[in-house]
Amino acid sequence: MSLENKQISSENTSNFKPLIVAFCCNWCSYAGADLAGTSRLNYPANVKIIKVPCSCRVNPNFVLRAFQRGADGVVIAGCHPGDCHYTSGNYYTRRRFTLMKNLLEYVGLEPERFKVDWISAGEGNKFAAVMNEALEQVHKLGPNRKLRDARWKR
Amino acid sequence: MQRIGVFVCWCGTNIAGTVDIDQVKQAAEKIPGVVNVQDYQYMCSEVGQNLIKNAIKEQKLDRVVIASCSPRMHEATFRKAAKSAGLNPYLVEIANIREQCSWVHKNKEEATEKAIALVRAAVAKATLNTELVPGEIGVEPRALEIGGGIAGIQTALDIAEAGYKVDIIEKTPSIGGKMAQIDKTFPTLDCSACILTPKMVDASTHPNINLYTYSEVEAVQGYVGNFEVTIRQKARSVNADKCTGCGICTDKCPSKKAESEFDEGLRKRGAIYIPFPQAVPNVPVIDREECLKFKTGKCGLCERVCPSGAIEFNQEDTLVTQKYGAIVVATGYDLINLDKFGEYPYTEHPDVITSLEFERLTSAAGPTAGKFLRPSNGNKPKKVVFVQCVGSRDKSSRGKTYCSKICCMYTAKHAMLIKEKYPEIEVYVFYIDVRTPGKNFDEFQRRAVEEYGVNYIKGMVGKVFPEGDKLQVHGVDALSSETLIIDADMVVLAAATKAKDDAQELGRKLSISTDANNFFTEAHPKLRPVETHSAGIYLAGACQGPKDIPETVAQSSAAAAKAIGLLNKGKLVNNPCVSQVDEQICSGCLACTKMCPYEAISSQVIEVKEQGKIVKKTVAHVNEALCQGCGGCTVTCRAGALDLKGFMNRQILAEVDAICL
Repeated sequence: MSLENKQISSENTSNFKPLIVAFCCNWCSYAGADLAGTSRLNYPANVKIIKVPCSCRVNPNFVLRAFQRGADGVVIAGCHPGDCHYTSGNYYTRRRFTLMKNLLEYVGLEPERFKVDWISAGEGNKFAAVMNEALEQVHKLGPNRKLRDARWKR
Repeated sequence: MQRIGVFVCWCGTNIAGTVDIDQVKQAAEKIPGVVNVQDYQYMCSEVGQNLIKNAIKEQKLDRVVIASCSPRMHEATFRKAAKSAGLNPYLVEIANIREQCSWVHKNKEEATEKAIALVRAAVAKATLNTELVPGEIGVEPRALEIGGGIAGIQTALDIAEAGYKVDIIEKTPSIGGKMAQIDKTFPTLDCSACILTPKMVDASTHPNINLYTYSEVEAVQGYVGNFEVTIRQKARSVNADKCTGCGICTDKCPSKKAESEFDEGLRKRGAIYIPFPQAVPNVPVIDREECLKFKTGKCGLCERVCPSGAIEFNQEDTLVTQKYGAIVVATGYDLINLDKFGEYPYTEHPDVITSLEFERLTSAAGPTAGKFLRPSNGNKPKKVVFVQCVGSRDKSSRGKTYCSKICCMYTAKHAMLIKEKYPEIEVYVFYIDVRTPGKNFDEFQRRAVEEYGVNYIKGMVGKVFPEGDKLQVHGVDALSSETLIIDADMVVLAAATKAKDDAQELGRKLSISTDANNFFTEAHPKLRPVETHSAGIYLAGACQGPKDIPETVAQSSAAAAKAIGLLNKGKLVNNPCVSQVDEQICSGCLACTKMCPYEAISSQVIEVKEQGKIVKKTVAHVNEALCQGCGGCTVTCRAGALDLKGFMNRQILAEVDAICL
């Protein structure tokens, strides 16, 4: 077994604590996350949320930065198509990050690490479910080593 | 270096039960820039707020981070506290360690670790926060009402009574809407015209109300407090100022082929017509597609007979542009088209009618002067079958999935109206469920069954076969599983209600959203039922979803109250978190102008110094009053010249970095 593989297996098995950065739009998904809280639903503490006014505020650059800094997964959540607080913002999100996903796949990052989903303010359940699912995926894949900058090894 | 204060709230045990407050405090103290860390049981209480205020003053804090509940809960509270202590409110950041941490995690160690990360991110963002000052915009003290039905009339009267000018735009030649077509109203069976027409007259004579009938919204620009609406007044071909409403022209008109819209096609009308005798304004209109003068060039009889010379064949559409502070949308509903419901021969047989046609048939002002007669032969029917839920609660593509809400009640009303006039007529009602919640509603429906002897049959009608001069109604009684065949004389279909066909188009003009069924969406289904997501635009009546008259009127007054509240403010504070352009970097590609959903970005030419010479350069320019702060343009900008105040690129990146530490 090569040195690299050994590292992977040790990270995979013992104390792999994945980190997921979630960009949530203020009007739907952030409120959905709050509802998950008020409903006392459980999802793992590895998910950390950054509030943005609209999912279309998320620059692909932010996603790359998160992966570079060692995040193991990134989720962008916005209002359902047609329900955007800003009328059409999430349509831009959808288009931009379809391209982004292709790019990430192209550079060799597992596409399962990155996800765009629609969570309304009333969908606390869905919020928890999406986060649990994202985490499960990342657990399967192990740590993000492809895009992680050596200096930012957590 | 900044002087940041971090305040950790216990929220009783809500946070402190799952998050180790001391550890959070210790971690916060180590973050560069943090000079003061305090905790308190309830930071939102007066004592807690004073703690923050005193710390700002005594410790000379220039940034404040509060680790507490969601910013949706108390961000405004803490911003206000900071402001009263002399700190710009936009220098306050909230770390959401309750809804998004202590309430969703059970493991204390993990939750504490996450709380620390969230505080770190909030401090990282706060470090880069800048002072923001919201601008002020004026409010035009005039409201626009789109739709002149009962919803529009009620809203307009309420706003006008409060002392503000209101314009009503109505697409048809008269205000009144669907309610004017209705004979009697449930559950009191009082005459619809008797309660509506006085309101129509009030609206037309009120000094603060101005009617634009036979008009449509052409374009909408602007924003809350300052909408600029272009109204298309369609050519009436009659000068409303000269016309006295004598009606000679409508009597003499030789073309009598058009179907009366008001009488649901049960009566013919002339090419020049007044929709109904109580119409407001009582001014005829020429239907140019029917008029012989417009079709053939010959005729012009109305012009010759008009005693006041009011006929103007050469009239053209006029466009009026007016400024409004608030807009209320009350465009109402329609019944669905029954072409696809082949089991009921609605399109083929005149005795199969819709409920709205039934209203006209029983109305004393209707085509039969209130006598209930079969449209096919003018005889009195012996058996009448009502079919409820025609297209309502129907998952197939021809119908609507929702309940139309009003049909159970009006069908009971129709059945009673028949029984009251002609007790000998047998009345059958086929229903899926009887849904009659509402004040005195259930009693009303039971009265139809118990006192009037209306036969309610749970089940659907399979098919209606015309046979001789009868209609054979084949149905199933679901309770006894019996197949029923009723030799009816008339069948009345409770067709589903639907949103107006042009709702989406109007929604696009107004930048308000519609749901899957094209009804306009309210800002919050429970707490903001009459507002839309676009500030300053409100909803009233059935354009938001199926509604009966009492509900419509209640919602109309609610929308009026919201509009009055806005108009009364005089000045509005706008969101300071708007986009800004770095003119030095901007390349003038203007991709952002195309992306902006609010048309807030335009181009401007500025003069810049380049190699000692002054040259002209095109750059993007953000109208801060129009910008709603979504931030979509910042991503569109390839040069990176656009940034969103309050959510700057470097602020979000700092948050990412802090979370990933």
